[in-house]
Amino acid sequence: MKNEWIANLSRRRFLAAGVASAAGLTLGIMPVSRAEMRKSGPGFAGSAPLADGSFQPNAFLRIGTDNQVTVISKHLEMGQGTYTGMATLVAEELDAAWEQVEVVGAPADAGRYKNLFWGEAQGTGGSTAIANSWQQMRKAGAAARQMLVEAAAEQWQLKADEIEVQAGVLSHSASGRSANFGELAEAAARRPVPEDVLLKDPDEFRLIGKRLPRKDSPEKTDGSARFTIDVKLLEMYTAVVAHPPRFGAKVRSFDDKAARKVKGVKQVLQIPSGVAVVADDFWSAKQGRDALQVEWDENEAFKQSSTEILDDYRELAKRPGTVARNQGDSGAAMAAAKKFIEAEYSVPFLAHAPMEPMDCVVRIDASGCEIWNGEQMNTGDQMAVAGLLGLQPQQVRINMLYAGGSFGRRANPKADYVLEAVHIAKMMPPGTPVKLIWSREDDMRGGYYRPLYLHKLKAGLDGENRPLAWQQRIVGQSILAGTPFESVMVKDGVDQTSVEGAANMPYALKNIHIDLHSPQLQVPVLWWRSVGSTHTAFAVECFLDELAVAAEKDPVAFRRELLVDHPRHLGVLNLAVEKAGWDEPLGRNRGRGVAVHESFNSYVAQVAEVTVRRGVIYVDRVVIAVDCGVPVNPDVIEAQMEGGMGYGLAATLASELTFREGRVLQSNFHDYQTLRIDQMPEVEVYIVPSTEPPTGVGEPATPVIAPAVANAVYAATGQRLRQLPLRPA
Amino acid sequence: MIRLEVNGSNQVLDIDPGTPLLWALRDHIGLTGTKFGCGIAQCGNCTVHLDGEPVRSCITPVSEAIGRQVTTIEGLDSNAGKAVQAAWRELEVVQCGYCQSGQIMSAAALLERKPSPTDADIDAAMQGNLCRCATYVRIRAAIKAAANKSAQVAGRKMG
Repeated sequence: MKNEWIANLSRRRFLAAGVASAAGLTLGIMPVSRAEMRKSGPGFAGSAPLADGSFQPNAFLRIGTDNQVTVISKHLEMGQGTYTGMATLVAEELDAAWEQVEVVGAPADAGRYKNLFWGEAQGTGGSTAIANSWQQMRKAGAAARQMLVEAAAEQWQLKADEIEVQAGVLSHSASGRSANFGELAEAAARRPVPEDVLLKDPDEFRLIGKRLPRKDSPEKTDGSARFTIDVKLLEMYTAVVAHPPRFGAKVRSFDDKAARKVKGVKQVLQIPSGVAVVADDFWSAKQGRDALQVEWDENEAFKQSSTEILDDYRELAKRPGTVARNQGDSGAAMAAAKKFIEAEYSVPFLAHAPMEPMDCVVRIDASGCEIWNGEQMNTGDQMAVAGLLGLQPQQVRINMLYAGGSFGRRANPKADYVLEAVHIAKMMPPGTPVKLIWSREDDMRGGYYRPLYLHKLKAGLDGENRPLAWQQRIVGQSILAGTPFESVMVKDGVDQTSVEGAANMPYALKNIHIDLHSPQLQVPVLWWRSVGSTHTAFAVECFLDELAVAAEKDPVAFRRELLVDHPRHLGVLNLAVEKAGWDEPLGRNRGRGVAVHESFNSYVAQVAEVTVRRGVIYVDRVVIAVDCGVPVNPDVIEAQMEGGMGYGLAATLASELTFREGRVLQSNFHDYQTLRIDQMPEVEVYIVPSTEPPTGVGEPATPVIAPAVANAVYAATGQRLRQLPLRPA
Repeated sequence: MIRLEVNGSNQVLDIDPGTPLLWALRDHIGLTGTKFGCGIAQCGNCTVHLDGEPVRSCITPVSEAIGRQVTTIEGLDSNAGKAVQAAWRELEVVQCGYCQSGQIMSAAALLERKPSPTDADIDAAMQGNLCRCATYVRIRAAIKAAANKSAQVAGRKMG
């Protein structure tokens, strides 16, 4: 059976998954040659048969007769280092040399490339890439290694256990025989795929735990890395779309006479999301759109302002919500308390604003639809496109290219910009490739924001200043409402992504009550790097600081007392405060603040040192401690801690998306402020040694910085700031 | 007809003189290493050199580049530029990588002008280059490392 599979492979017959052996090791072939992939850049899925002689033991790697190991990443590289991580896991168990490994993106195919934490869907998010691939990618590498060893044993007439593998070379010291992977690739391809494989013990790791260089560094420093915006196909057109000024508005009529006169403009098309101008190139399309006259029907459009929304939420917060956590009897405990504190925290809408604006290339012909995209939601987008075009999902071929950032924006269950591109391509002659490019203004005003959230908190202390009760009411839009995730992640009326980070807070209070209102607005919302924790960590970690002050205790000592049963929280907290020199005095106008938070099963503590002068917060230094299980690549982890914190710091100090009468006030980076180099603090990162399975690092640093800085501002000035971005008096 | 000299080679383009240099490079010459981020000179992703000076190509009409040397990331081969790229790789600066062409072009121009920049020099020269991955800690360190390396190379040449 397994020999037959390999034989089939060499006969270039496509076989889907289904020849699975060891748990988590999906077998199947990806019918594309490496030469073709090279030609077309990373992520090219293609449809050509496997190159002769190369060895593809499973869906995740291929070894060419040229001794090149190609790792096929099922996850999107959007900056978080996942290509390097996937390659590390495979190369470790394969005993490959790091230099001989290259990485390409997998095609959309949930059968072979599903995220093992996401049921039957392929996609990248929730800081799951390394965590869900930890066993799977290592088994893929180990299976290939075993087949190579068996091939060598057969050729050399030796027992398999006499053969050593190191850095891409198989050898037998007694006989002096050796061969590299490439030389054995063809013979290995004829071996049976092993039923199960033994994985290394951690003390045998040669690559995991090392600061291996990123696989994408060279091409990202010489301009050759290909993003969606860089795709160029024969006879391709570029489309720019006029979107309505308010969500929910529709095209009433449009006049395209001037637009069509712009040189290079080929078509002006009405699509469900607006009016598309299709041209030879971006600038012509943009000029065409600027010349377009569109009259919008705004009868059913969203017309609220951010201040009204916040007022509505305050009204709503006066009524009980749906219970997310109820422990003990917070009402009775509050009645018995001797001291109370109450506070309101709020956060604004935020755009993700990745540097690469939304873009997508689509070509539709009789055989189906091909897409080029920084593809974060492979299966979701594939199903959505198939649904729109009446195709089978496998007729929608998706090439996963590098994404120029995403922070959640490219993982949209509603597939917004992908479907927009498909709508346009559908109206063009069959086989015409169309590249949709959003301008920065389109991106900023196109929706799918981190929702505005309000938190109302109340806590009570007893006569000895011990915390007795914690009540928290959360108000904000559900991200998952109306998406395929709703049935799984909205439990008993509570969207888990609205309360995560609060409902599961680790502090040892006996009486906790947390409830939720999920009002519906027309504003499209979406997960934003670290999702619910973006607001819950701010509210919980700041209010806990307020509680410490009320209890007349040091914020670190207070947290330690309440975290006795949470060693991993305590571990990062203790490491960060020790490295930061928590007790060392700071000068005038300066202060230190701490926060500790778990998200996606990774634990992060941060100590921020700030100076506040004339109403401006300067963040001077941030010390970060992280526990993410086995550190697969300490350098990538440090980079994600630095950058994830920096992404959160932008929202702490500056970023805010505001509605006025339904219109988004901000439009570009001049009025939607993000972080610039002069605002970046000194950063130190410390990694807790661990033998626990690895967890993600892309998001968990992001939510911790806002409360750390807000608590530091309090220490520096006595001002308790409860609204993001922080604006000291 | 617009005649340009880009990375040392001549280009003849039949486009409107008001077309931004960015889109001439990307869509008409096929040099896609220079990136579009904002279109209003707020993010620096589109930075290229005009006669060695960094400019934001998204707001520079292609007509302004006539008779001047245009250098993009693909053609960067000055000593400073090479030192910056090497330091970028050595310190693993990149994450998503989208802004990095612009960052490198700004950093290379800085080092041409100031071989040993202070932190304030780096802030001033790099403040217009946004990175949403916030790779700023490493950008600063890489510029300093490139400056040191260039200084060493210059020292060896003199010695």
